[in-house]
Amino acid sequence: MSDTTAGAGQATKPAEGRRVRKLTADLSAVGEPALWGFGGALALGIILIAGFLALVAWNGLTTFWPKPIVQVELRDGTVIAGEPARYGRFRPGADVLERLSPEQREEIAARGGYSDRTLYRTANFDLYGNDFRWVPDFEVRSTSLPQDFLLFERQEWGPFIGRIAGLVLDNRPVPRADITLDMVRRAQEEARERFRATRRIERHDIGAVNYYMEQERLAARRAEIRFGADSPQARAAAEQSAANIAALQEEFARHQARVAEIRAVDSRNRIVLEEIGGRTKETELSQIVRFFPSNAIGLWESIGIYLSRWAEFLTDEPREANTQGGVLPAIFGTVAMTLIMVVVVAPFGVITALYLREYARQGRIVSTVRIAVNNLAGVPSIVYGVFGLGFFAYTMGTTIDQLFFPERLPSPTFGTGGILWSALTLALLTVPVVIVASEEALAAVPRSMREGSLACGASKWQTIRYVVLPKAMPGIMTGLILAMARGAGEVAPLMLVGVVKLAPNLPIDGFFPFLHLERSFMHLGFHIFDVGFQSRNSEAGKPMVFVTTLLLLALIVVMNSTAVFIRNRLKRKYSTGQF
Amino acid sequence: MSVTVSDEPLAAKPFEPTAYHVREGGQGVALDVRNFNLWYGKSQALFDVSMAVQKGLVTALIGPSGCGKSTLLRCFNRMNDLVDDLSIQGEISVDGTSIYAPGVDVIALRKRMGMVFQKPNPFAMSIYDNVVYPLRVDGVSNRAVLDETCERALRAAALWNEAKDRLQESALSLSGGQQQRLCIARAVASDPEVLLMDEPCSALDPIATAKIEDLIGELKGHYTIVIVTHNMQQAARVSDNTAFMYLGRLIEYGHTQTMFVTPKKQQTQDYVTGRFG
Repeated sequence: MSDTTAGAGQATKPAEGRRVRKLTADLSAVGEPALWGFGGALALGIILIAGFLALVAWNGLTTFWPKPIVQVELRDGTVIAGEPARYGRFRPGADVLERLSPEQREEIAARGGYSDRTLYRTANFDLYGNDFRWVPDFEVRSTSLPQDFLLFERQEWGPFIGRIAGLVLDNRPVPRADITLDMVRRAQEEARERFRATRRIERHDIGAVNYYMEQERLAARRAEIRFGADSPQARAAAEQSAANIAALQEEFARHQARVAEIRAVDSRNRIVLEEIGGRTKETELSQIVRFFPSNAIGLWESIGIYLSRWAEFLTDEPREANTQGGVLPAIFGTVAMTLIMVVVVAPFGVITALYLREYARQGRIVSTVRIAVNNLAGVPSIVYGVFGLGFFAYTMGTTIDQLFFPERLPSPTFGTGGILWSALTLALLTVPVVIVASEEALAAVPRSMREGSLACGASKWQTIRYVVLPKAMPGIMTGLILAMARGAGEVAPLMLVGVVKLAPNLPIDGFFPFLHLERSFMHLGFHIFDVGFQSRNSEAGKPMVFVTTLLLLALIVVMNSTAVFIRNRLKRKYSTGQF
Repeated sequence: MSVTVSDEPLAAKPFEPTAYHVREGGQGVALDVRNFNLWYGKSQALFDVSMAVQKGLVTALIGPSGCGKSTLLRCFNRMNDLVDDLSIQGEISVDGTSIYAPGVDVIALRKRMGMVFQKPNPFAMSIYDNVVYPLRVDGVSNRAVLDETCERALRAAALWNEAKDRLQESALSLSGGQQQRLCIARAVASDPEVLLMDEPCSALDPIATAKIEDLIGELKGHYTIVIVTHNMQQAARVSDNTAFMYLGRLIEYGHTQTMFVTPKKQQTQDYVTGRFG
């Protein structure tokens, strides 16, 4: 050491050449090559998950952003317009190459026989018979972004790309020169309001009349079953219900008249759309969900359209075979089914675990039961679906129908798939997870706690209730969270026991008993399968698949975070301070 | 091996009535152990133990590890029932009633005995709820009774001054020594006849230990106390009578001073002087 001015300095600074080597940074020096393996495995897992999430998030979040409409002039003179959806590389066939000019062939040959192409969403399915069209680059003469092209999202037939060729307001055609976008927009908004009004009447008012008429019919049938078909009571009930149904039918006719009235107004307000080739399509204004000139809108308008599409997605019903519109029934179905499942699986699993761990005599039988429970977790989920259908729906459900709903037979009430049977099937599927986690949590409660409670003169149940269960609760919650995540993402068994492609009626409504557990429902997981693989045009459904996946993931994250939040609060409450 | 106990050394000390004796009406035997044998499965843990724990006094159980003193203590409130495959022979009686007789209400028995364990084991509840737990499980819900009990028990455990402003805080926020005193408060909350202490200071630092020992000195006279300890000085400091156990047998039982100064048995002599153990 060169500097020896202070004695204290000498004492604290190490002498030169005796610097302590830090071991923390150099892995090979630490001598743990396995560390690389562990770290690598973790990194790989994180990269996979992050990559998957990034893919879903990117595709899901950009789906609703308005895309430009590109006008493409092809070498053969045809002109098409569409939103570019995807790019790809392909190898043109020999017959295609033959038709090309030598320069083009050379160019393709220089690229190893490959050429680029673009997939345009040309929309106008009703006119073209297709939504999409691949355009190879060598066929393109020129592209442009026409300012006057609009994208119309329609209630039926999917989107339309084209210009406004005419407008009919109250059966009077507006001169083409006078048509402005604002005018169309105002008329369209009015028409949409009418559309919503008719739907409200159909769903709400006519739905209620139908419901009451069904109730009347059932009341008559009930009397018939109870007293016999020829009894005076049954006849009286039949007369009564016939009178009531007649009154209801009048109401029904009144509502229908209202709907017809609005429809008549609708049919007087029409718009004529013209596609790029000049063909026109006349449609009622109320059929237009949304329209905008894709190439002539600014950032703020784009944001507005983006948000309005998200709002529609989250709060509306599906349309166009689920490839458009919203997924509210599916969100609701998924959440409701998962919550019912948790409500069933939590007490069932915890009680089983309590018996196995606290009361049962530990021996060969309990070990066997434990192994069996663990093995249940490995049974393929579709097997649970088959079991659920056979046992819950066809056995229990049919019995319930015969006992409580004989008047509705032969149409089943509980005797077919429904949200309750789905929840029970998934509860069965996830109960091993809950049992195993709860048992672990119970076993982890220190013996001294139980002894302390018992020594106070508490009974066994009091000890479990006041000391053991609270202490084990965070661990039990972990099991429930795992079960919930598994249950919310499960699709295969649900396809057998209650999930359907389209069920706009939520399992909850204003009619007694308000929560209709026998109804079939929509589920986000099944929605993904349906839109992605069962729709008429999987290309059209693809963006929806990503958005729905994103939503399902978000939903599971929200439900799990809620559970984790509750668990952490419990943990803080019961955290041990000293021992 | 025959039992070494005689009443002679216990009677040698002139009797001074305590608050307990005034309350309960005189001295006598609180816990009577007669020819008690105990087996864990096939291995015998207690051999023919006979001793009479005197009312209102502190009785210390000493002996090397595994000598059966904790086992004996846990027989008094039948905590050993939790062990599978336990068998006993002989008799332990409280106030003349055998506690192992068929039909005995174990829960009622445990309510007559407070127990303090080796490690502080407060429940994951507030301090208040911990102290009144024995009353709560008894079905007491009168707030005034609970409040009064809580204060009395905490005062008895010398924890009142430290805990009175934080009764609703988690018991787990207390220090180790405070937690143990809380456990003592919980044990005395239901006003038991006997206080069983199973090495109550073994997990504590010397300062906390001193506090607990002071506390035992204060509780003495109000309860019959049986304390298991490894620490011979502690036994000498806090107890009136001492029982020395070795390998499951009761070697000698007598007045503490006699046991430590003029023990009858060579084994006791060796143990208390630190020659083995």
